[in-house]
Amino acid sequence: MIKRRFWAIILILVACLIGYFVYASETSSSQFKFKLGLDLNGGTELVYKADLTNSTSSASEISDSMNTLRDVIERRVNMFGVSEPVVRVEQVGFTNSADSEQLIVDLPGVTDIDQAVAMIGQTPTLEFRLVATTTDVINAALANATTTDEKQAVMNQYFTYTGLTGKYLQQSSLEFDQTSGAAMVSLQFNSQGSDLFAQITGQNVGKQLAIFLDGNLVSMPNIKEEITGGNAEISGGFTGSAGTKEAKQLVDDLNLGALPVPIVLISTQTIGASLGHDAVAASMKAGIIAFLIIAIFLILIYRLPGLLAVIALAIYTVINLALYKVIPVTLTAAGIAGFVLSVGMAVDANILIFERMKEELKRGRELGDAINEGFKRAWTSIRDSNISSMITAVILYAFSSTSVVKGFALVFFIGVAVSMFTAVVATRTLLLAIKHDKAGRFLTFLFGGSIKNPSLRQTEVNNNKK
Amino acid sequence: MFIVKHRRIFYTFSIILVLTALSALVFWGLTFGIDFKGGTSVEFSYSVSRPSIDVVQSEIDNLNFTPSIKGAYTLLPTGTNEYTLDLRTLTDEERSELTAALSANVANPVEIKQFNSVGPTLGQEAATKSMIAIILVILCIVLFLTFAFRKVSQPIASWKYGVISIVALCHDIIIPTGVFAILNHFYHGYQVDTLFVTAILVILGFSIHDTIVVFDRVRENLRNNNGIKNPKNFEEIVGASISQTFVRSINTSVSTLLAILVVYLVGPVATKNFALTLLVGIFFGTYSSIFIGSNLLVTVEKWQQNALAKKLAAGKAKK
Repeated sequence: MIKRRFWAIILILVACLIGYFVYASETSSSQFKFKLGLDLNGGTELVYKADLTNSTSSASEISDSMNTLRDVIERRVNMFGVSEPVVRVEQVGFTNSADSEQLIVDLPGVTDIDQAVAMIGQTPTLEFRLVATTTDVINAALANATTTDEKQAVMNQYFTYTGLTGKYLQQSSLEFDQTSGAAMVSLQFNSQGSDLFAQITGQNVGKQLAIFLDGNLVSMPNIKEEITGGNAEISGGFTGSAGTKEAKQLVDDLNLGALPVPIVLISTQTIGASLGHDAVAASMKAGIIAFLIIAIFLILIYRLPGLLAVIALAIYTVINLALYKVIPVTLTAAGIAGFVLSVGMAVDANILIFERMKEELKRGRELGDAINEGFKRAWTSIRDSNISSMITAVILYAFSSTSVVKGFALVFFIGVAVSMFTAVVATRTLLLAIKHDKAGRFLTFLFGGSIKNPSLRQTEVNNNKK
Repeated sequence: MFIVKHRRIFYTFSIILVLTALSALVFWGLTFGIDFKGGTSVEFSYSVSRPSIDVVQSEIDNLNFTPSIKGAYTLLPTGTNEYTLDLRTLTDEERSELTAALSANVANPVEIKQFNSVGPTLGQEAATKSMIAIILVILCIVLFLTFAFRKVSQPIASWKYGVISIVALCHDIIIPTGVFAILNHFYHGYQVDTLFVTAILVILGFSIHDTIVVFDRVRENLRNNNGIKNPKNFEEIVGASISQTFVRSINTSVSTLLAILVVYLVGPVATKNFALTLLVGIFFGTYSSIFIGSNLLVTVEKWQQNALAKKLAAGKAKK
């Protein structure tokens, strides 16, 4: 008896501590503040797809390129001072095919899409290709090509892919031609890039190597000999002071990283800050009201166990909130809805147990037996139904294409898992702590039993035994 | 017992509901949001007062885009000072022009509250994935139920519990989807987006959850029925199981529905339709777990008996 009460007190104390952690970690300096999604905080999400129509890379090379892409964009976004940006590569298809990966850029607080797109759009794409035909043919073809698509076609027809891209760029610097004084952009490849560059130049002496910047042909220098140092330069086109300025900008951009493949913006989502704040306020309000209504409902219907269930539900809530902070889970409006829903499931576990307990009391069992029996019998349905909910959550998480649904599924899963724990451990500990070995009529009434003459119940038991 | 005895009434009621929902789906259909079909959706509000819809429309019509967006967009007033505009995907320049056009009146500045744009391939992908998710959930749950009820193969096989719960589940999904089609037909703005699919999946989870609780009771009562003097027949067992779990089913639904109702009434605008779908789905989910799912167990058992009786009769006739 004393031991049970001891555990109940420990349980409540631990819950209070967790509750304090949830509250105290909301200060601005804590690393455990709630992470709010873009829909609650305001901001922009950009989804890019690598434009791989021109490349013949293998799947592993592509995924390699995507990771470089992520690093480059991340560096760039960080430089613009966006707080806590998230840049990630996401597998979207079911196969590991070329177009199955997307680059997702979350920019909290940035609500001007034009600004956001421009921020990333300035990232240069650098590519080296071998010229497959004569300069005259190319010039003639380019003269005919007016639209970007036509230019693209020319590019694919006359230039062969080498695999040498901005991915291998280590550093870029601004230099000036000794004789003409014109600005030049000097490129230094990393060791891998240097090897590749040496190989390409070595095998193609006498041919032309074209340099493409952002899909435009910049220059087509002749390969005179194998170049081993990993040094290349972009010259021509930077004339006068405007040219110098342009070259300087290019150097800065290239130093932040050049894209290995061109990227296409396929989806944007921007949410104004005011909308986000309204959503947070509304979600908070909904959460608190829902909790109160459920609490009143439970106490009215189940009396004392109902009150205990409310305490268990409060424990459930703080454990969930603490988990969101520790894991961490980015909360979205859908995620909060998922939490409110999982509260519904947590309540269900309690209701199942209490109904079972009431039934056992009606059959005339002693209070203690009724509690144990109620738990034992309710357990199979709690287990089976919650497992099926968790199956749903896992599939949702694995197959959702938007971060909104993913956030929902994660919160839902955590909620159902925790509810199994609190229903069985917390509610049970509390019930057993209050239970009295010689339960009087009043206590039995509080547990939802009838207040009728106990001897009547005794005869019922005897009848049942017969 | 009342419920089992009058099961035909409940079947009829459900069939009428499902048929109504299906015909709404067939005749009016669903409107897909941009997350599935691709396109742009802009939600903007005016700080002073909302200009009339004609004014905004003429501003949009003045834009000279190729391909033209004239007549190819929907503009709906939402909230107090807001509009929602749905149209095709825009280029960077078009987007800037559109924003400029909307805020043409300097005295009444516009605030872009939301701007979403989804490429058509991305939308297609989202649609495919959602379908796959729903089918997978259904499959996994049948498998799980077959496993969970593996020890109960008398009088009906455990996989039949799985199949029956799927029938109940289709009922629970078709009705809210039909309600959505009806609402969208009369009030607009009830689009099928990823959040709607999420709601459907949650309903699916709840529906199974509710059905399992009753089935679990049937399973237990069947076990207790073994080896006693006057064993009850299957119909009686199912009837008893329904009435034993009845209070629980109602109490759970009421508390869950109350929570969702609160989310619907005071929760964020973004999850309003989501909460509404859940309200309808969970309501009918509870209904089907009490009145349809368990009754189907009895019906299936009756079919089996009839089939068996026919077989026996045929066997005797041969002799």
